[in-house]
Amino acid sequence: MLRIQCPWCGVRNEDEFSYGGDAAVERPADDAPQDDWYDYVYTRDNPAGRHREYWHHVNGCRAWILVERDTVTHEIFSTEPASPTLPLGKRGA
Amino acid sequence: MHYSALSLVKQALTGNRGWTRAWRNPEPKKQYDVVIIGGGGHGLATAYYLAKLHGITNVAVLEKGYIGGGNTGRNTTIVRSNYMLNANSQFYEHSMKLWEGLSQDLNYNVMFSQRGVLNLFHTDAQRDAAARRGNAMRLNGVDAVMHDLEGVKKLMPHLDFSKTTRFPILGGLAQPRGGTARHDAVAWGYARGADRLGVDIIQRCEVTGIKRDGDKLLGVETSRGFIGAGQVGVAVAGNSSRVFDMVGMKLPIESHVLQAYVTEGIKPLVDTVCTFGAGHFYISQSDKGGLVFGGDIDGWNTYAQRGNLPTFNHVVAGGVTMMPCLARLRVLRQWGGVMDMSMDGTPIIGKTPIDNLYMNGGWCYGGFKATPASGWVFAHTIANDKPHALNADFTLERFREGRMIDEKGVGASPKSH
Repeated sequence: MLRIQCPWCGVRNEDEFSYGGDAAVERPADDAPQDDWYDYVYTRDNPAGRHREYWHHVNGCRAWILVERDTVTHEIFSTEPASPTLPLGKRGA
Repeated sequence: MHYSALSLVKQALTGNRGWTRAWRNPEPKKQYDVVIIGGGGHGLATAYYLAKLHGITNVAVLEKGYIGGGNTGRNTTIVRSNYMLNANSQFYEHSMKLWEGLSQDLNYNVMFSQRGVLNLFHTDAQRDAAARRGNAMRLNGVDAVMHDLEGVKKLMPHLDFSKTTRFPILGGLAQPRGGTARHDAVAWGYARGADRLGVDIIQRCEVTGIKRDGDKLLGVETSRGFIGAGQVGVAVAGNSSRVFDMVGMKLPIESHVLQAYVTEGIKPLVDTVCTFGAGHFYISQSDKGGLVFGGDIDGWNTYAQRGNLPTFNHVVAGGVTMMPCLARLRVLRQWGGVMDMSMDGTPIIGKTPIDNLYMNGGWCYGGFKATPASGWVFAHTIANDKPHALNADFTLERFREGRMIDEKGVGASPKSH
């Protein structure tokens, strides 16, 4: 069971969240070359070790968060709002 | 040593002192014609067919752990070829045909048991989808039988057939030739078969790099030194991204963990392989009596060969909904294997942009049943430097070219396949 620190709600169990995948993937410009779009849609670094990834607190506050986690030990190093423009408001316990 | 009734009797009469090792434990040579990275079922089968069908015997299989310690020993042992799309249907049916003669071919009992695979459906739409898939299977020469409720009751009398259950069972699509096999025996049988044909199986030998001189492939760096190779085949599903990272290639793959479970042993209860249609749950009974079952992957990137509690709860909830009597059993063991989840749910077997380097991966959940055909087509691909018709569609380029083979139709989302 992962215990994930939601920036708004505090530490919650993994089953309140839905996984959103690799956060290193960036959407290319609309007119970017085909190769960039191929990489964006299909290829992943898939590292064994530190991985920055999105999680959706879907059964909680419904915010997207950015988690840095080890894919071998499952240790979570940090969590933060996925969008830096979202106000944190009052942090949970 | 050839196994037979005669050898059994002879050994029984002489105190079982004459049994020899099933395969040798050689030191790696300096150079091989072909090096296979990964001593799982697929890598061993590849080496076996390279030697047997293509006459290439100067082959090494390199395994970082021990034979049978990876995904070959971490699955639910189900064998089936009930796919709808042509490429899958024909490939897995070839595998099924190889399974049907495998114990004889290998002179090793892989305990292949064609007890049938039954997929339940619970809605009219699912019935239509099952009929469509069943017809597609039959057009490809694969056996498929539609069962109504009465037919399902005969095959699986202990399911919840009440009308008030959340997902009432309407019927099921069966493949009678499907079934199960003894997973370790498959690895051991192929290892022994390959070894007898001269293949070196080298355990505790981890590949740490792939050496090239310009465009020329030289061999592999390993924990036991450099090993030269004319051709290198990579069959390390679960870790494909890590191995191809050594040559700077990024793959359309994410690694996820799939769990499986076995209950305490009980008297015969489940005669066939049965899957729930309203959730992801599949169950069969091992020859020792334990009920072997599984469901979804945990759903997030991991290389850890262990599963987590939320998925266990989810899988068991599905199982108990389908078959309430399961609630009274105790789970004896749980295990996890790292899956190569590809972007369309289908494997990648073929050439790579690097000459003489070949890929066999992206197996998602489907690797065990594919073992014979996977080795068979991969050996053909390496021996001829081009794919066989059966794996011609399973290329790495298909994603770039828009020719995905997405059986489930969920798109480029590895966790959903």
